[in-house]
Amino acid sequence: MPELVTRVTVEELPALSGERITVLRFAGDVTSASQPAVIGTYEDLPDSVKRILLDFSKVDYLNSSGIALIIQMMIAAKKRGQTIHSFGLSPHFQKVFTMVGITKYTTLHPDEASASAAFN
Amino acid sequence: MALSKNGTSGDRSNSSIELRLPSRLGYEKVAMNTAASVARLMGFSEERVDDLKTAVAEACINAMEHGNKLDESLSVGVVLSMDANSLEVKVTDNGEGPQSKTGTPDIDKKMQEEEDARGMGMFLIQALVDEVEWVSSPPSGSYARMVIHLGHPPV
Repeated sequence: MPELVTRVTVEELPALSGERITVLRFAGDVTSASQPAVIGTYEDLPDSVKRILLDFSKVDYLNSSGIALIIQMMIAAKKRGQTIHSFGLSPHFQKVFTMVGITKYTTLHPDEASASAAFN
Repeated sequence: MALSKNGTSGDRSNSSIELRLPSRLGYEKVAMNTAASVARLMGFSEERVDDLKTAVAEACINAMEHGNKLDESLSVGVVLSMDANSLEVKVTDNGEGPQSKTGTPDIDKKMQEEEDARGMGMFLIQALVDEVEWVSSPPSGSYARMVIHLGHPPV
């Protein structure tokens, strides 16, 4: 059973005020095999990006190695002065993110609208 | 997949299912989904099924990566044993078992790069199931044993 390919698409959203919002939409599996897709896509973002939304609503499978990649991304984002909000996590993974403490560095929102509004 | 039954009342081996997985990442989903199916048949809530799925997947990943060093000639064994009130999942490998205790991940240290971003699997297993133990028994191998109980409130 090969791992499903991780797909990450990048989308720009107009912000109601201030700088634009960049959305990273994850789909498929997010695991140790996702490093090129997750970190590679993030690293390709220009330094001018300051507001990032992570969309987990199409993720089929997420494990601790995948969560570690999200942490690596947050470490890099902190260094680049970027703010990250997240949405689309299932209640189970909201609980898991809270358990491991990630919620200290990214706020979890129920949907894209509330996550986008959090930048304003 | 093997399903076995015997008539021993009160015995966890009352009914059991056994899997053998290659030590190849991705195959933990076979065990995860089998455990989820069994837990649903037993009447566990979806919240508890989700807890079990993550715990079983993490235990299998640990067995593949750390126990069997991703040697695909070695398999990871998974035995699901049911009784009236609980489901036990035992995950076996050929390794020496965990070399350190499960610690709570320190997100601040991870963010400061003072702690590896990985290394959360055992913590999650411990947090999500009702009972867990890691047993090291070289040279024959090691296992993680997890149990969830019906009627036990979710984490």
